[in-house]
Amino acid sequence: MSVPLTLLGLLEREPSHGYDLKRDYDTWFGRGKPLPYGQVYATLSRLARDGKAIAGPAEHGEGPDRKRYAITEAGVADVEEWLSEPAPPEPHLQTVLFAKVVLALMLGRPADRYLDVQRAAHLQRMRELTDLKERGDLMDTLLADHGLYHLEADLRWMDHTAVRLDLLAEEVRQ
Amino acid sequence: MSTIIEARDVVKSFGHTPALRGASIAVRPGEIVAVMGPSGSGKSTLLHCLAGILPPDEGEVWFAGQRLDTLNETQRSELRRDRFGFVFQSGQLVPELTAEENVALPLLLAGTRRAAALAQARAWFGRLGLDGLGSRRSGELSGGQAQRVALARGMVTKPQVLFADEPTGSLDSASGEMVMSLMTRAAREQGTTVILVTHDARVAAYARREVIVRDGMVRSLTGAAPSAKAAP
Repeated sequence: MSVPLTLLGLLEREPSHGYDLKRDYDTWFGRGKPLPYGQVYATLSRLARDGKAIAGPAEHGEGPDRKRYAITEAGVADVEEWLSEPAPPEPHLQTVLFAKVVLALMLGRPADRYLDVQRAAHLQRMRELTDLKERGDLMDTLLADHGLYHLEADLRWMDHTAVRLDLLAEEVRQ
Repeated sequence: MSTIIEARDVVKSFGHTPALRGASIAVRPGEIVAVMGPSGSGKSTLLHCLAGILPPDEGEVWFAGQRLDTLNETQRSELRRDRFGFVFQSGQLVPELTAEENVALPLLLAGTRRAAALAQARAWFGRLGLDGLGSRRSGELSGGQAQRVALARGMVTKPQVLFADEPTGSLDSASGEMVMSLMTRAAREQGTTVILVTHDARVAAYARREVIVRDGMVRSLTGAAPSAKAAP
């Protein structure tokens, strides 16, 4: 998740104060991990420094002075480029799961036991995400689904690997 | 620690092919347990033994403090009708009956008067998002709707245990999730114990705990004994 580009994207809708950006970010993308104010203002300062956004004059009112930020043409171009590029499909070719299985086999330790414990942990997380779906709104559901499908893919890989442990053990001990 | 249903060292073979080789599981009242395992592992056979559909060759099955495997077929049949509910993968509705009549069927078989049985059946239609579909026959329902009707039929007698064998196996993922969500909510509301057989981790995630059947034996993934005491 790129916080600068996401904030820039929110700025493209309309010029906003840091407070509004933080609120919208937390609402749409935070999901239990709110953005610290310090990070919002530091990011906005960097975006202004780099010419992606421009800060308006300080507005006097109740509380601290506030600045309204607006996106620049260079900022719009960055957002457009970001949204048109695919995110790198996470290859996970060197996963912890794989490393643990191979090492366990190399060392003559019970890889199948590790896979079972990992399965239990994955299923526990899937239960938590399913609970979130049951309680949450559509955004929660779609985010939870994203996690569930990834965990399910891991579980399938574990099942696939479990039935090939003997073959794998022969390879790693050669 | 009380258990509602339990298998103790159950052995079951079909001809010379062993399906269960000493399977044990204990489930607490109101628990929702997923029984997972690869195809041919014996998980459906375990469900059938627990539900009194198949008598085990060896071992014991207990339900509510009563030995189930020593009952005769008539007694087991009554138990299944009065205390258990069932949802299978597909094709369970009687095509000649309307959806309402299908749901009312277990009540009618148990001797409930027709008007009362149909009234109880209708109460489930709104609950399961099936409003307006009561007079349809199974051929006029989508797969997801038919499975929700089957769920209503499984729950209408307020069973103590609902046995669900791959209940979403013939559905697309969205319909399957709807069935699972409704099933687990209804079970929690009624305090019904659910034994859910599935090979699908996303379906199993609706349960509170899972056990795995491998080579005809029941194991818990965490290494703890697969008994009610291991439940969270």
